[in-house]
Amino acid sequence: MSRFQIAGALVLGLLLAGGSSSAAETIRVNVANMAFTPGEVSAHVGDTIEWVSTDFVMHTATARDKQWDITIPPKGTGSVVLKQAGTIDYYCRFHPNMKGRITVADAAG
Amino acid sequence: MLTKLTAAAAAVAMICGVAVAQTAKPTDPQIAHIAYTAGDLDIKAADQALQKSTNKEVRAFADDMLRDHKAVNEQALALVKKLNVTPQDNPTSQSLVKQADAKRAELAKLSGAAFDKAYIDNEVAYHNTVNGALRDTLIPSASNPELKNLLQTGLKIFEGHQQHAEMVAKTVK
Repeated sequence: MSRFQIAGALVLGLLLAGGSSSAAETIRVNVANMAFTPGEVSAHVGDTIEWVSTDFVMHTATARDKQWDITIPPKGTGSVVLKQAGTIDYYCRFHPNMKGRITVADAAG
Repeated sequence: MLTKLTAAAAAVAMICGVAVAQTAKPTDPQIAHIAYTAGDLDIKAADQALQKSTNKEVRAFADDMLRDHKAVNEQALALVKKLNVTPQDNPTSQSLVKQADAKRAELAKLSGAAFDKAYIDNEVAYHNTVNGALRDTLIPSASNPELKNLLQTGLKIFEGHQQHAEMVAKTVK
């Protein structure tokens, strides 16, 4: 009985660890010279996308399916945590010639 | 015959829009003046839109134009100061101002949806014309690399504005 409890606790602990901290990554996308670089990135559910801008004008990263709309201030950063798997096309609302894509897979681990 | 020629010339002028008036290529001080003036005129157009329009999309677009063109012109002013260049007025700048003043006077007589449509259609046309001038004349003529670089960045920003204006134009009937 106590063996089962210990094993159960271990499994639960591993699941918790695996489900969150060990797998989640922050993926950086540069916003420079009026472009998202790299334009396409792969990620997992739970990962964070962080846009880091060196441009002097304000931008947004806006999902075409409207699931998020992130403001990226001039020479600032913006970020979003990916909540669901799928392909997300996004663009800048102020400069629709700026486009990017994130391919989101189920959580790693 | 003379009227025909005049009409033809006027038509060509209309098609070319702000086609650079001089035959000689513009100098850096002239290019800086033209670029700054073009931005300033779009700021004036945005001010007018914010005074007159109640359309949410149109007002948001005008806010974007104010913010971006002010940011670009701040960069331009900082650059000419750094390079110790005095922007020089020229026939192209003067023609831009004249056309924009006429357009603002025309738009001042409109209101409601008619104003919104005229403003946003003009934003599409204006950015198209200015971007053409940047691409074909101002960028190739600029000799200082930092000025050329700022104009190239400006062109990308204004191409974004043109696409944005086209999107807004579709929502304004």
